[in-house]
Amino acid sequence: MPSCWVNALVRCVIHALSPSVSVPRERARESRTLLRFFAPALLFLGLVAATVFAQAPNGGAAPRSVSDPQAADTKGDEGGSIMLRWTLSPDDSAGQVTGYEVFRAAKPDGPFKSVGFASRGSARFADGSTDDDSSYYYKIITTGPGGSTETAVIGPARSTAEWFNSNRANVLVIGLLISGAVLYYIASAKKGKKLFIRRIAGLEAVHDAIGRATEMGRPILYIPGIQDMDDVQTVAGVTILGYVARTIAEYDTKLEVPTSRSIVMSTARETIKAAFLSAGRPEKYSDDMVNYITDEQFGYVAAVDGIMVREKPATCFYMGAFFAEALIMAETGNSIGAIQIAGTAMPAQLPFFVAACDYTLIGEELFAASAYLSNEPRQLGSLKGQDVGKSIAMLAIAAGTALFTLNQILRAEWFASAGQWLKNLFIVN
Amino acid sequence: MWMDHPGWVLFGTWVAALFTLGIATFLYKDNPVYKFCEAVFVGISAGYWFVSYFWQTLLPKLGYPFYAGVKTVFVGPAEWGWLVLLIPGTLGMMMLLRLVPKAGWIARWPLAFIVGYTAGLRLITFLQSNAMTQLQNSVQPVVRYNESGQFLGWESFNILLVTVGTFAGLFYFFFSQEHKGVFGRVARVGTWFLMITFGAAFGYTVMGRMSLLIGRLDFLLADWLHLIR
Repeated sequence: MPSCWVNALVRCVIHALSPSVSVPRERARESRTLLRFFAPALLFLGLVAATVFAQAPNGGAAPRSVSDPQAADTKGDEGGSIMLRWTLSPDDSAGQVTGYEVFRAAKPDGPFKSVGFASRGSARFADGSTDDDSSYYYKIITTGPGGSTETAVIGPARSTAEWFNSNRANVLVIGLLISGAVLYYIASAKKGKKLFIRRIAGLEAVHDAIGRATEMGRPILYIPGIQDMDDVQTVAGVTILGYVARTIAEYDTKLEVPTSRSIVMSTARETIKAAFLSAGRPEKYSDDMVNYITDEQFGYVAAVDGIMVREKPATCFYMGAFFAEALIMAETGNSIGAIQIAGTAMPAQLPFFVAACDYTLIGEELFAASAYLSNEPRQLGSLKGQDVGKSIAMLAIAAGTALFTLNQILRAEWFASAGQWLKNLFIVN
Repeated sequence: MWMDHPGWVLFGTWVAALFTLGIATFLYKDNPVYKFCEAVFVGISAGYWFVSYFWQTLLPKLGYPFYAGVKTVFVGPAEWGWLVLLIPGTLGMMMLLRLVPKAGWIARWPLAFIVGYTAGLRLITFLQSNAMTQLQNSVQPVVRYNESGQFLGWESFNILLVTVGTFAGLFYFFFSQEHKGVFGRVARVGTWFLMITFGAAFGYTVMGRMSLLIGRLDFLLADWLHLIR
């Protein structure tokens, strides 16, 4: 039977290659039928053969292993990382290597588990998932189409944290630069130099809003966000609360501060107590002004909404970090006709505050508010120093953009190199 | 477990559905049903968070390591790394002294510690993520060509728009400069960029809120009433 197929195949190939050869009509029809049947099969076999041969250009031999592999702590970091380095496989440039897989074990005899893969041409790999208290052993497996080869066991290696993270030296320099500017302007302000701060509409309205509540004989509701004191927006919110509380103490208005974190409650109480003391009205302070509700986001907002519709505050302040509850609270405040002043640096919630509140402090305006309201030299100097930081940022963006644009137009590598150097100053590792 | 019993599951679904409707009655006006649901919600969640903090923060981060450390001293080999836990432990105890009227002032010290370390820690985080990374990504050519040298009009326009928006926005956030003259006009452009961004963000977030509403309606109509599948 196979010989019959071979004969038929040969016949049809001959016929296909030599169409001019004269053959009987029946034989020709038979050959065409066979050709239709065998052609896809032949094509398939050809593709399979091509794939097999293409995968093993060196005759199927596994690539040679890397040499001189080393594992050591990643220098200048915060720990938790071991750097592996090696000399590339001699077969790397010949295209016989697909990459280097790194295996790790807690003991030299294993078991080894893969922790990552370095692509062809890479001679190092950072294992960033190590525990500083443990020793590790590694193997590097060079993989290729023809198989794989592995190194001997490397190690032991341990990761450690350095006191100084040299990878972030640029953060230190920029931080020092901005801090230096802040200190300089604070010193200038203390010496009596007048520092200008532009008008912030939302803060101009604080006095009016408190006055309105006083005239109406209704309370003021102050929400310092729903995050804890480790969020800088909450710190800003509580700082502004201090100023608002001092004015409230002078006006003798009722204040309510429901909080969603116990530490914020404690801090808010201390802040208000200090504010009432500085206003000369310590007897008016009461711990009942500040209450803890719950940490649960929507439980908190349910309670605040309840307070709003029952107490009907004349003024609502929302200063701090907010999430999905922002719109619910602002809309409820709007529905009871309260004057609302909000401030947050949460980009997703700002649109809701802008839509539902009378005044909104956008992003950094929240942090500038305490300086603006207090007019203290220390805070004004700090604000001026931050503006210096912004100037540096703008100059860097302008220079970098100009250099990269000139490189695109003039095709001069010098511009690209200079632009990249500038950009590297701000890369955080 | 007994909680997996179909009867309890059904009971739980009914309780959840009735509380959902109870909270939703606020859309009409404040009423006793809402007040009841609000009180239950606040009470249960406050209790839940207390238990959660106790088991997931206080014990694993302070209680267990402290106990294990002390145990090494008596059982051996002695380790002394646990002594560092005395710092947060003491600060926590100082915080609790707020409950004692005469010693309440001591609670200010841990609060000062929290605010101080927050300011320092977040300064670096903000500098890295909000300043340096943003700045690094803002530095790019405003004129783009492809590999064959063809000018990419739309891509260039987009990058130019982003760059102009970044500059104008930064102008708006200058506090030590009066917004007058050229500075004021650029700052006003920044305000426009901010408002357009807020508009887009508003629509995007509303879409997200709609999915929350749909999720709740799905619970009511599918899990509770079995009206949809």
